[in-house]
Amino acid sequence: MADYNAFVTKTTVEGADEGPLAGTTVAVKDNISTEGVRTTCGSAMLTEYVPPYDATVVERLKDAGATVVGKANMDEFGMGGTTETSAFGPVKNPADPERVPGGSSGGSAAAVAAGQADVALGSDTGGSVRNPAAFCGVVGIKPTYGLVSRYGLVAYANSLEQIGPLAPTVEEAAALLDVVAGPDGNDSTTREEGADSNYAAAADGDVESLTVGVPAELAEGADEAVASTFEDALADLESRGAETVEVSLPSVEHAVQAYYVIAMSEASSNLARFDGVRYGVSGGEGNWNESFARAREEGFGPEVKRRVLLGTYALSAGYHDKYYKKAQDARAWVKRDFDEALAEADVLATPTMPVLPPKRGESLDDPLSLYLMDANTVPVNLANLPAVSVPAGEADGLPVGMQFVGPKFGEETIVRAASAVES
Amino acid sequence: MTDTADAGDADDEVDPDAVRHVADLARVDLTDAEAAEFAEQFSDVLSYFEALDEVPAVEDEPDLVNVMRADEVREGLTQEEALANAPESEEGYFKGPRVS
Repeated sequence: MADYNAFVTKTTVEGADEGPLAGTTVAVKDNISTEGVRTTCGSAMLTEYVPPYDATVVERLKDAGATVVGKANMDEFGMGGTTETSAFGPVKNPADPERVPGGSSGGSAAAVAAGQADVALGSDTGGSVRNPAAFCGVVGIKPTYGLVSRYGLVAYANSLEQIGPLAPTVEEAAALLDVVAGPDGNDSTTREEGADSNYAAAADGDVESLTVGVPAELAEGADEAVASTFEDALADLESRGAETVEVSLPSVEHAVQAYYVIAMSEASSNLARFDGVRYGVSGGEGNWNESFARAREEGFGPEVKRRVLLGTYALSAGYHDKYYKKAQDARAWVKRDFDEALAEADVLATPTMPVLPPKRGESLDDPLSLYLMDANTVPVNLANLPAVSVPAGEADGLPVGMQFVGPKFGEETIVRAASAVES
Repeated sequence: MTDTADAGDADDEVDPDAVRHVADLARVDLTDAEAAEFAEQFSDVLSYFEALDEVPAVEDEPDLVNVMRADEVREGLTQEEALANAPESEEGYFKGPRVS
């Protein structure tokens, strides 16, 4: 079997004998805690960290009968869009091993695309499930904020991130979401929705009389090859009885800036826990500040340092109003735009990624260009809405993903729309 | 909030000293090469963030609710489990560096 470096750790953790996932193998992103199995977050900081407990989603996988076959490689602490920032080396895209699988859940997507796991869990802070799903040609769902417990997910940017499923088909992704969704006493941001869900049943391909809104701002920015595949998929939906309408999201022009300011600010706070004392790389002798700073120099890679420092900068006195407060205004604006657009349409459709998967090494040296790749996915996280990426076809022999965004807790609608694209 | 990252002037030029100052606040040691590289990249990224100046103030009234649970004793990690990942421990405690 070809080695795509999809896993940081291979393992076999058997679940219950019976359940909806009995006989199903699952890859779990390596920022989701697994009792007794090391959880590295793709970082040198946590090379030897072995959690003493399971994340809620992992408990639910086991209860459902799934077998965990490995911890999937990822961008360090979820920071990256190509799975090249992992301390354990980059992941190759099974669709073209010279290209990136997307990120940051690149290992999860590659494991599914290569058949090394039946399904996988990733986490999506600004597109980290949908981006690699699109680049690897599989399905990925970013659930509504609060649908899936984050207990045991190593935090990067709490207000934005959700654990989400990746699978070869919409129905399988929805079935995995059914298993992990629902309230959890260990995560007070979870909600009742999803407790008795049957999202898999919504994958019936029936889009008769569904209204699909196409935000001009997000459809126009895509590369030509991506745009024409997207247009064809839209036309196909229309031939199945869906109606398309143009909608407008003027705020999205500022979404990427707002997203990075908020994500980096939250990261600078969250990653303060890595002090080298309770776990992680030790900074060794010296006073506290010296030891702390040395642990973090040794343990963190460049992209993590970059974001922690930019986040510290954005939150520091004198800059808080200029960056963080403005980013929160932009976030509220994005939410309002989505509410208005979703009053005119049942779902919104965009290309998931504006570009085809780049070759490895092409984007790493220019952080800004990497950040801009997320333009179509990050607004959804700012608005806390659900979204799915489904393969819409190929361009230049590479997978192109189509994204559907739904209203809060509208998982059934996006699953239905996505299932129509694949059938 | 007495620390001020007095990095960057109006046009967001960031020099390596400013990067070092922020790195100091964030407790991250940097090599000289990193400080120089970050200074250049931060100028780009921060000037990109400038576009947030155009964002209007938006009324946002999220429907917040308090989520409470009874404050009762529950099973937690054992001392052994809690210490299992610590680089250094002594007599059941984490062992950290000197505070000053």
